[in-house]
Amino acid sequence: MTARGYLLYAGMALLIVLTGFVQGWNLALTILNMGLISAIMSLGVNLQWGFAGLFNVGVMGFVALGGLAAVLVSMPPVAEGWNAGGLRLLGALALGAAILVAAVQVWKRKIGGRMRALVMLALLIGGFFLFRASLDPAVNAIEAINPSLSGYLGGLGLPIIIAWPVGGLLAAGAAWIIGKAALGLRSDYLAIATLGIAEIVIAVLKNEDWLSRGVKNVVGLPRPVPYEVDLQRDPGFVEAAAGYGLDPVTASTLWVKILYSGLFAVVLIAILFLAQRALASPWGRMMRAIRDNEVAAAAMGKNVTARHLQVFILGSAVCGIAGAMMTTLDGQLTPGSYQPLRFTFLVWVMVIVGGSGNNYGAVLGGFLIWWLWVMVEPLGLWAMELITSGMSPDSWLRAHLTDSAAQMRLMTMGIILLAVLRFSPKGLMPER
Amino acid sequence: MTDILNAIVALSNFVLIPGAAYGAQLALGALGVTLIYGILRFSNFAHGDTMAFGTMATILVTWGLQSMGISFGFLPTALIALPVGIAITGLLLLGTDRAVYRFYRKQKAAPVVLVIVSIGVMFVMNGLVRFIIGVGDVNFADGARFVINARQFREMTGLDEGLAIRSTTLITLITAAIAVALLFWFLNKTRTGKSMRAFSDNEDLALLSGINPERVVAVTWLIVAALATTAGVLYGLDKSFKAFTYFQLLLPIFAAAIVGGLGNPLGAIAGGFVIAFSEVLVTYAWKKVLEYLLPENLEPSSLVQLLSTDYKFAVSFAILIIVLLFKPTGLFKGQSV
Repeated sequence: MTARGYLLYAGMALLIVLTGFVQGWNLALTILNMGLISAIMSLGVNLQWGFAGLFNVGVMGFVALGGLAAVLVSMPPVAEGWNAGGLRLLGALALGAAILVAAVQVWKRKIGGRMRALVMLALLIGGFFLFRASLDPAVNAIEAINPSLSGYLGGLGLPIIIAWPVGGLLAAGAAWIIGKAALGLRSDYLAIATLGIAEIVIAVLKNEDWLSRGVKNVVGLPRPVPYEVDLQRDPGFVEAAAGYGLDPVTASTLWVKILYSGLFAVVLIAILFLAQRALASPWGRMMRAIRDNEVAAAAMGKNVTARHLQVFILGSAVCGIAGAMMTTLDGQLTPGSYQPLRFTFLVWVMVIVGGSGNNYGAVLGGFLIWWLWVMVEPLGLWAMELITSGMSPDSWLRAHLTDSAAQMRLMTMGIILLAVLRFSPKGLMPER
Repeated sequence: MTDILNAIVALSNFVLIPGAAYGAQLALGALGVTLIYGILRFSNFAHGDTMAFGTMATILVTWGLQSMGISFGFLPTALIALPVGIAITGLLLLGTDRAVYRFYRKQKAAPVVLVIVSIGVMFVMNGLVRFIIGVGDVNFADGARFVINARQFREMTGLDEGLAIRSTTLITLITAAIAVALLFWFLNKTRTGKSMRAFSDNEDLALLSGINPERVVAVTWLIVAALATTAGVLYGLDKSFKAFTYFQLLLPIFAAAIVGGLGNPLGAIAGGFVIAFSEVLVTYAWKKVLEYLLPENLEPSSLVQLLSTDYKFAVSFAILIIVLLFKPTGLFKGQSV
């Protein structure tokens, strides 16, 4: 890192500390935790865009798959659900997968042009009805069991930390499928394809109640850290808190957040370390060579499409890990809250502002943009009050302006993105 | 016989007519995307929010007209407001081009840079719309609701099934047809239109023959403003206005433009209808139609809905992937950069 980099990181730390002094440590730690997660997402996108020039606008989908992993790993299994139709459901899913594989195999056969297409089409259409016929009864049976409280299969009941790598694997699997279809085509086609897959992932999460309760949400995920109530009952903790002059309630909320920060920081540092090593390795040089001139790299015998697929899967896996961590932090999975502006395009702003191609820059962008995203609302309200202070208190314009201050966020992010692209296209911390 | 007629009426009522209206709206949106792609050579992610902005401008003018007591008889007042909305949107787009895109055009930046820039513009426009009109649902359709409603149709024909034609559907189809006719007349018959097509086909050759690129770009933005605002207003009249739904229209619109062949206006129209009809066909519950058509003992017990309506994105997406895999330049020959 350069001196400029250290300076920028020090400034970022100062911003968070200042927030702590001015608006309370609880908020500062909340920002820090989401900042750590945002930094990981931003590293994932930087792997794809900064290293390889792949334009992925489906970050939201991979993040949501990570969230799904948190539910599937950590929630206790619902025995009644499994008895009602669990195995039948798994059978139906296996059947669906088998149909798809068979269709792909038919397509790969080199024989008979029109015949091949017809057989594949018949296989897909017939297979779809067969799949629905075997899936629907199982789904209905599972969803009928106590729908207000469960109505799904539950998870594996394992510690939630395991969900983080699992989230990465789920996202990697999805990335493999989408990459197989869309990589090797034009760059903006990949963008549209990823935009679509993200919407589909969210649609699945919203509709497949047997999987994760759909829009009814899964709440009360187990935690990797102690609960505040337990801490407050622990005499040792209360005593230690009193030693710092804090009452047990405040101390317990702060301590839980600090524990989360520690866990997230370990993951961030590990991924950052790996990403740095990858960037400096021959593999990283090859990636950048492909990014800067695909034709020349292909002429040197590099398999461009395979390398693109590889880095696309890696970057999406990192986003999946971040998604699982975020759901862990929230303690619930709410498919309705996933919005592309917040989970895809904001991450892009982080990468561009931080400096694409520079891992430290991406991390800094993650923290800085997340801090701004949280702060724009109070700052905007304050600015609006300043602007409208001259107007009469009951003017409609004044009321409208102060009411709309909450909507300033998106505009501010857009203006920041445009300004950085125009005046400092390499970002705050340029790639060398 | 009556069974078959009933089936046809039910199919028209729930599939053909709504599908045609939705297809026309998508086609207008996709035309805007495809024109920008052909002339400015990038995929404009801000298009959904341009539509939202145009609709918002039209709604504000509509409210102004309504408060002055002006209405358009049985037609929605928004149609009078539409030209003003288009003018406001045109000014915004020209301003955006001046302030943002022109810089990158002069630099000859890579298309993907322009795509990222358009994401920034998307944020700003989305914020602007939310800032001015808020995030709630706005219903601004007035005038007659139905050209013919289900009861009237049943009385008229004596069939069991009713056919309701909403006035917004009819207005959508007619307005879209006029807009498309005007666009093609402009592109094929006028001097400016021809220079645009020349610019799109071969930029260097067009510059050599003395075509002013800035003029071509400005005219393109104005046409895009007209198309986007019209598409947005028609969609808003048909459903309702909500900033977020317009952003989500981006996916089917892009799918339509790519399926038809990016840069090809005719393809965009075809693509719009392909996407719209497949969305409606796959998410429609076929029970009613099949009940009329099949003999009694074969009648289905379930809804016979292939996919729940929330999966309509999956449909546009699946079509997109299929076309990309087998015919990467689209159904009609589009450009590939």
